[in-house]
Amino acid sequence: MTIEDTITEKLQAGLNPQHLEVENESHMHNVPPGSESHFKIVAVSEAFNGKMLIARHRLINKLLEDELQVIHALALHTMTPEEWAEKGAAPASPPCMGGGK
Amino acid sequence: MDVMDRIDEAVKSHPVFIFMKGTPQFPSCGFSSRTAEALKQCGKEFGYCNVLADPEIFENLPRYADWPTFPQVYINGELIGGCDITLEMFEKGELQKMIDEAVA
Repeated sequence: MTIEDTITEKLQAGLNPQHLEVENESHMHNVPPGSESHFKIVAVSEAFNGKMLIARHRLINKLLEDELQVIHALALHTMTPEEWAEKGAAPASPPCMGGGK
Repeated sequence: MDVMDRIDEAVKSHPVFIFMKGTPQFPSCGFSSRTAEALKQCGKEFGYCNVLADPEIFENLPRYADWPTFPQVYINGELIGGCDITLEMFEKGELQKMIDEAVA
């Protein structure tokens, strides 16, 4: 199973999201082809209702504790169903600047 | 000095402090770059630590506030979040308000 699949599975189970995007953005960075180093997640879930951003991110960081040991970057965009209806999209991730670890 | 004490001293040295990869002038990571840029836009002085130049802090910072990634932004000694949270707060005008209050 790829890391991308594992991340998707864990977030599906942990957040019961209304909408979930797990995107491998490693190709945007200075890593070999096929790498699983940089990910972007867009998650829309009722689990975020009434939670500050930092609490939402902590929730995901906890669910992906094992994966965070091996991946290099994780961009997180967390919305409640209400916020998602208003916004409908997440911002783009920054390009790599070659900083290594 | 113990590394946790060093981190503690750093985050309390300035009302606004960022741990980042590289420096605000020469960031070496896209996420750090964007975050430092948002802090600059708020127009108040902030402290920074280049974690790439301090392996001990690099290794131990994730334990300090139980936050696994870089950059990390602290206001009044408290973690507000990483790149995505800082930018989202910046866009909503919340970051400016928080920084103005912290630095005033």
